[in-house]
Amino acid sequence: MNAVSSFFHGIGDRFRALPRWAKIVLAIAAAVIVYLLPIINPPLITTTDSDFGAVLFLCALYALVAIGLNIVIGYAGLLDLGYIGFFAIGAFTVGILGSNHAKLPLLLCIPIAMVVTLVSGIVLGAPTLRVRGDYLAIVTLGFGEIVRLILVNADSLTGGSRGISNIPTPPDLDLFGIPHLVWDGFVAKVDLSNQTRFLQFGVTDSIPYYWLALTLVFIVLFLDWRMQNSRVGRAWEATREDEDAAELMGVPTFRFKLLAFATGAAIGGLSGALFATKQQFINPDNFTILYSVLFVAMVVVGGQGNRWGVVVAAALLTWAPEKFRFLADARFLLFGLALMALAIFRPQGLMPPRRSVRAKKAAEQEPDQLDVEGAARV
Amino acid sequence: MSDTAPTPDQHDSAKETRGTRVDDDTVLAPDTEATPDTSVDISVDEVADLPKGKMLEVEDVTLRFGGVTALDGVSFHINTGEILGLIGPNGAGKTTCFNVMTGVYQPTSGGVRFMGEPLGKRQKFQITKLGIARTFQNIRLFHNMTALENVLVGADAHHSTGMFSALLRLPKHHAEESEGMDRAYELLKFMGLDKRADELARNLPYGDQRRLEIARALATNPKLLCLDEPAAGFNPAEKARLMELIQSIRDQGYTVLLIEHDMKLVMGVTDRIVVLEFGKKIAEGLPAEIQDNPAVIAAYLGVDEDAS
Repeated sequence: MNAVSSFFHGIGDRFRALPRWAKIVLAIAAAVIVYLLPIINPPLITTTDSDFGAVLFLCALYALVAIGLNIVIGYAGLLDLGYIGFFAIGAFTVGILGSNHAKLPLLLCIPIAMVVTLVSGIVLGAPTLRVRGDYLAIVTLGFGEIVRLILVNADSLTGGSRGISNIPTPPDLDLFGIPHLVWDGFVAKVDLSNQTRFLQFGVTDSIPYYWLALTLVFIVLFLDWRMQNSRVGRAWEATREDEDAAELMGVPTFRFKLLAFATGAAIGGLSGALFATKQQFINPDNFTILYSVLFVAMVVVGGQGNRWGVVVAAALLTWAPEKFRFLADARFLLFGLALMALAIFRPQGLMPPRRSVRAKKAAEQEPDQLDVEGAARV
Repeated sequence: MSDTAPTPDQHDSAKETRGTRVDDDTVLAPDTEATPDTSVDISVDEVADLPKGKMLEVEDVTLRFGGVTALDGVSFHINTGEILGLIGPNGAGKTTCFNVMTGVYQPTSGGVRFMGEPLGKRQKFQITKLGIARTFQNIRLFHNMTALENVLVGADAHHSTGMFSALLRLPKHHAEESEGMDRAYELLKFMGLDKRADELARNLPYGDQRRLEIARALATNPKLLCLDEPAAGFNPAEKARLMELIQSIRDQGYTVLLIEHDMKLVMGVTDRIVVLEFGKKIAEGLPAEIQDNPAVIAAYLGVDEDAS
């Protein structure tokens, strides 16, 4: 059972042990490969039964969702079962402002959508974060459903069950075309007839959307790291570990729980906005409670509190059902079985967080001991 | 590889001891007795320069839970720079008294004054920021955080880095991080835990966990340090060592309130003692006076009903 996490942690350790320049080179190389995945179409990984670019977009989108939800569940320990509500609010804010009631450009809609979800996170959190554990889970579960029912019934605002279409796309750049690779067995060929325009956001090609989503994933990961490695992150984790003790150690726990909730909501809103612009058509059926469950599954499978873990899990849980589409309905059975097996054999998730070594001080004090010891040996 | 001698690559060797993993995060802790280094200066100016006099006054505090009276008109005070012992048999209301002082419970009547100011309806974290820190009778560390992080959380009590400073890595963030790091290492060293800074709190031996709780409380720069049975579960030798440690904390300028029901132990370290029984104060005075107080002896040993 330890093989999985020691594999991932092994990678992490080796990476950290490298000199700085090697780290930068490797990180850039990895990022380039990830960006070029839909162009390379690697055999075995690529999905044959559905558009690989679209699948990758969903992977990146849900990775973003998982990072946001990880702040709420993984760091602050607040079980949020209604995360789809924030996702939906983000998507519909873009829909309403960009298509239904105004014609604002997308780049203006997205920040507005984030602010709206942030505020809705505070509005939901302020009264409910006083309850703990299971009670909070029930309240948020209700919130997710309330949002969906409002979307269905507020006809004049949201278009009801007809939804909203013609959602604006990001502005195009359209600089050059990138030909795809096609594989004949394991031999690659450049297919000049099939090109992705850089950057043209249209209905036919999902790849530019994938690049956009992936860029946002990297940005949010970076910000997430900065948040977690600070007083804010420590306060979240202390609250998760023992709320009363945290409070008695001077942590204003309510304020920090609300911050986690609002930050998570804003990232959920960002993902929803991204989803809306990619789909260009949304209706309330896109935001059922099942997604909330799927999002929580991503965080739990990835290992609550490990940002890379939840990203990998989100991508895996999105990609696998598409990859194994040929199994038809049996894939859901297998998916469920896999989740159950994981819950039994590896309840901490694939990549549970491991505390990093932060004893910088001790490292600084080492040199003189090193000299003493070195001299003693000679 | 020995764990006692500092080796050139102490840091790597510390990582290697982590190699003896049982489970993913469970680390077999090497069985070395941590030695507190009481020569480390852990004093804080704002605490050391406090004026002499009454620091905390408990004024006629009564606390009722439904029909149960947990505290009944309790009054006492703590002087700056002393170690006050709060003793009494099990269920006397010692911890309840602590909880009133740290804002966990609001007294039914009466009140607590700290540095002359009533605590009123202040929230728990605000009271900590005012300068009262505590430990818990049952260890309540942040178990899945490292020893260092536990102490950092305590140090964060006097920090104010928020989301924006953290996201933008403003100078305030860096200044407070390094101040907190310095403070945390100072305290870990003082408590003899600096070699274990990177271990998860839950993997520390019992005694180290107790000392880590004290370090975490001290990190908040408390004017008053409240210790709730810090020696519970210790053997006599360990208890004696801990009492010495508490005395050296006081010597660095901190005021200490100590709950303990081992009479003999308390006599040795405290400057004054308050005795509670069934929620009432039955005695207050110097250790020698308390020792001979018939009410205290009766409370502890019981009175033979036939005898009187």
